[in-house]
Amino acid sequence: MTPDATDWALLRLLDRDATQPASVLGRKLGLSQPATWRRIQRLEQAGVLTGRRLEVDLEKLGFGVTVFLGVKLATKGRVSLEDFERAVTAIPEVQMVVHVLGLYDYRLRVVARDLADFERVLRRRIMTLPGVGDVEANVLLSEERLAGPIE
Amino acid sequence: MLDDIDRRLLRHLMADPDMATTALAARANVSGAVAARRLVRLRDTGAIKGVRAVIDWAALGYQVEVSLRFTLDKTVSSAFDDFLAAARKVPEVLEIQTFLGRVDVRLSIIARDMAHYQHIYRTKILALPHIADIESLMDVARIKSAGQLPI
Repeated sequence: MTPDATDWALLRLLDRDATQPASVLGRKLGLSQPATWRRIQRLEQAGVLTGRRLEVDLEKLGFGVTVFLGVKLATKGRVSLEDFERAVTAIPEVQMVVHVLGLYDYRLRVVARDLADFERVLRRRIMTLPGVGDVEANVLLSEERLAGPIE
Repeated sequence: MLDDIDRRLLRHLMADPDMATTALAARANVSGAVAARRLVRLRDTGAIKGVRAVIDWAALGYQVEVSLRFTLDKTVSSAFDDFLAAARKVPEVLEIQTFLGRVDVRLSIIARDMAHYQHIYRTKILALPHIADIESLMDVARIKSAGQLPI
């Protein structure tokens, strides 16, 4: 779909805080509550708004360490990809798995309580995955999510 | 610190941020009053930072997502600050992470297609300051999305 300027403004508001009711959003956009609601519906139906995400402070929840892993498979083929994906998604500490093209085959985001806990996850869960080859670890220091090319 | 009730509430709320407090309380096996009080506390202490809309950029015509990994020229003391400040000004940048490891910074950028990506890469990415090296990985598929935590 091609959003108009009001849709973009609405997306920007929802990107900051998706708990705002349609009446509040409407007031900020100069729209009535039903008109705002209809626009949200349209964005949902077009697949632009796919849901909501709870933003948490990982450190306050006891996860002091986040690590991005680049994983290269040692053996390739359809079966090994499927086996690897099934096993890696089942690991609770693995928050995200992305299949990538380039230097690595997968990017994983792993959370742990501390470095000792991360080492345990790496040794017992990651290094034992079917087909796993090279693994590169980068420890997250800071992170920002930006609004993106909202026009 | 978090106790079991907080953990149960967070677990259900992360799986479905739209859940009403009464439904959440029933799932977590506590009274509505307890759930409401705990949620206020989790927000006040900053453990819950907010709820943001999930925007599917592909539905808005951004078909390409690329992960760019940078090493910076650390002989310049302001390399990180300069680079991050400039990267924040590129609208197509969705995420910025800094790391301890072989990679210094990762940017997640989106583009409408490969030609558009090429244009962004040449005019905006290569123009970022203090780059020593760049590696790019193209996202093919999201196998598991960030959100769940082992709590």
